[in-house]
Amino acid sequence: MTTTESVKDFEIPSKTLRRILLLLAHPSLNRSEANRPMAEAVVDIDGITLIDLYAEYPDFQIDIDREQQRLLEHDVIIFQHPLYWYSTPAILKEWQDLVLEHDFAYGSNGTALHGKIFFNALTAGGIEAAYRSEGYNHFTIRELLHPLEQTALLCGMTYLPPFALFGSRMVVEEGRIGKHIADWIRVLEALRDDRLNIVIAQSLPRLNSDLNAILEED
Amino acid sequence: MGGLLFQAFIYLCAAVVAVPIAKRLGLGSVLGYLLAGIVIGPVIGLVGSETQAIQHFAEFGVVMMLFLVGLELQPRMLWEMRNRLIGLGGLQVGITAALITGAALLMGLYWSVALTIGLIFSLSSTAIVLQTLNEKGLTKTEGGRASFSVLLFQDIAVIPMLALIPLLVLPEIAGSGSEHLPAATGAHDDGGHHEDMSLVAALPGWAHALVVLGAVATVLLGGHFLSRPMFRFIAESRLREIFTASALLLVIGIALLMTLVDLSPALGTFLAGVVLANSEFRHELESDIEPFKGLLLGLFFITVGAGIDFGILFADFATVLDLTLGVMTLKGIVLYGFARLFRLETVDGWLFTLGLAQAGEFGFVLLSFSLQNRVIPPELAATLSLVVALSMLLTPVLFILYDKLIQSRQIETGGRKHDEIEETGTVIIAGNGRFGQIVNRLLVASGVPTVVLDHEATTIDMLSKFGVKSYYGDASRPELLHAAGIESASVIVIAIDDRERTVEMVEHVHRHYPQIKILARAFDVSHLYLLNKAGVDIAVREMFDGSLELGKAALNAVGLHPFKVEKMSQAFRKHDEAGLDSLYELWDENTEMASNKAFLARAREHGETLKEMMEADRLQLHDRSERGWTPPPKGYTKHMDE
Repeated sequence: MTTTESVKDFEIPSKTLRRILLLLAHPSLNRSEANRPMAEAVVDIDGITLIDLYAEYPDFQIDIDREQQRLLEHDVIIFQHPLYWYSTPAILKEWQDLVLEHDFAYGSNGTALHGKIFFNALTAGGIEAAYRSEGYNHFTIRELLHPLEQTALLCGMTYLPPFALFGSRMVVEEGRIGKHIADWIRVLEALRDDRLNIVIAQSLPRLNSDLNAILEED
Repeated sequence: MGGLLFQAFIYLCAAVVAVPIAKRLGLGSVLGYLLAGIVIGPVIGLVGSETQAIQHFAEFGVVMMLFLVGLELQPRMLWEMRNRLIGLGGLQVGITAALITGAALLMGLYWSVALTIGLIFSLSSTAIVLQTLNEKGLTKTEGGRASFSVLLFQDIAVIPMLALIPLLVLPEIAGSGSEHLPAATGAHDDGGHHEDMSLVAALPGWAHALVVLGAVATVLLGGHFLSRPMFRFIAESRLREIFTASALLLVIGIALLMTLVDLSPALGTFLAGVVLANSEFRHELESDIEPFKGLLLGLFFITVGAGIDFGILFADFATVLDLTLGVMTLKGIVLYGFARLFRLETVDGWLFTLGLAQAGEFGFVLLSFSLQNRVIPPELAATLSLVVALSMLLTPVLFILYDKLIQSRQIETGGRKHDEIEETGTVIIAGNGRFGQIVNRLLVASGVPTVVLDHEATTIDMLSKFGVKSYYGDASRPELLHAAGIESASVIVIAIDDRERTVEMVEHVHRHYPQIKILARAFDVSHLYLLNKAGVDIAVREMFDGSLELGKAALNAVGLHPFKVEKMSQAFRKHDEAGLDSLYELWDENTEMASNKAFLARAREHGETLKEMMEADRLQLHDRSERGWTPPPKGYTKHMDE
């Protein structure tokens, strides 16, 4: 909250076109090799509010009013998390169950989220080839995330494919983390400055499959 | 009596005026004391020859300082230091003594005189260096540790030197009977004193050795086995001054024992300190001895300043200055060489070099001892005393040089290696009763280092049977908090069983250590408010959580669904906390809650809202406690189906 306020105060208004809310859910950040450096790389970027949900609600007692207020104050909502059983860690499910209330997020009077952009930034242990009908996970990552896609649609939000990192357990050893984080910063800054082509992005299997196709440079 | 009061007045007055000014000017306390001494001694002549006697007394400050150093040093750490202690310390003393002896020979002195001078100037000033390192917080740096190793070795090396010097009697002055001491400095008759007291002088060599071993064993075994029951017994009397008296008794007793067997009292008390470093009474002993040590050392420095004879100094100023600079340069070169050889970082190397380049208080002891044994001619001794004093006087200047030039340059270039990363700071837990114990167990189990203080010797004793280490002491005393390391702690948990003292402690810690987080046990709401006002960061009512837990158990027992009970208790807690915040505005420290009308009205009003909330819940309305799991209204999908 304070981050957003200070951004409002000090930012040149024309620069930040969209304010980004990054809801990070990782129950053991101290062991994280991908989500933690990703979060650390963007925490100080203007226009981004990073919320560590497990730190803020260690007892899962989510403050519904505070979270709804945050949603109102941002234009892009991102769930950042490792993929747990083809879905989010528990606290993000709890967050959905509590915060996306009837007459706030959905229902005849529930228009608070209309027009906002939503997607997942996830890390998955399996390699990308496993996420297809012939692979051992049988479904693509977009297919597995259908419940979240539909949640976004019911709330009137624009859904984008996930910003996904596969083979995440070996990402440091194989030297892929640096590129992933650089891409992450590019995508967030482009979203913030309205330099990301939403229409093309919606059709991709994942948001980071071809950055040059969706990003317009400054 | 009048004379004593007058002297005490003069010395204290000089210290009180000079030291804060010196500190303010960034000169450090040691230089302040030295200057105070120069002013009251040679400059305005308020004190005279009695400074020698006083200096002898004040040297006891060094003994106390070594005791305190020992208390900080666990036996294991001492063992880990052994290479540095013997290697670095031994080489420094040996090579410095050899070089200075050589230089003295070149100046045409007789070999035995030259050797004595070499020995005298191989020593540095434990008093000045340790005091300054402490003051500047450099004790724990590599340079500080190396300095300490060398100083400790030197303090031990004084003993064989005292044995060697009488063998170096100078033929031409033997029997010429120059008994009186030159009035040059605070040289005193330590040697004579020491022989009077000796129990072992008349014994044959083997018996002497046995007695000495016996004395050391007494200190080690006594410290290990006897001190604990003794201190526990004294602690149970709850008389603070008697505990202080017993701490002094311990130090003085050991010093006396060591003197009786011709050993260095400083070494003896140091060993006693090491033995007690693991004791639960360590912090209490530290805080008791600390003020005495500080005052005595201060007095010692004043007497060094007061003892400088400006008559001789000015008569022979060039010689004294040349000799002083020569000795310090030579010592500095040797020290710098060892700093490189023992691979100290540049900053630490300079600290080591500049810090130890002076001659020390033991130089005075050896000089007067040599004089009595007719090893050195009196005129030479007078000059050398001045050299020792002047080099000590210059040491604070070198420390300032170190601060200004070397340390600051290092910070600018960012050349300092990262300190060992500490994941969490230490947590001090004051009070280890039923409350503090739980806090401590949780922290220790999570790998957070704690220092636990308690004023019940029996509690400490009982807990040690469960393997929990805690220290004896009244945690509401600022000196004890200081001894427990509050300067470097990140959190203090105040869990003592005393309302007023808890508030006082919060006030004290908040005022003096604003960087530390203060967590405290509150007894009830009014106590909680008092703690808030005193500056507590987090206060928790001791009864609240336990009572709430039992309330939940009762709701479960009457058959409510456990998850609903959980939600109710969470709602209750939130409601209660909100009430505490809103009532704080109306709280008045000086009015009883029960007679504060506005407060009572608001409290009643807030109580009503809880009832409403809970009643609303029973009516299945869209209420707070179940908000998150309230299903959407029946038929809500109709507009979506269309």
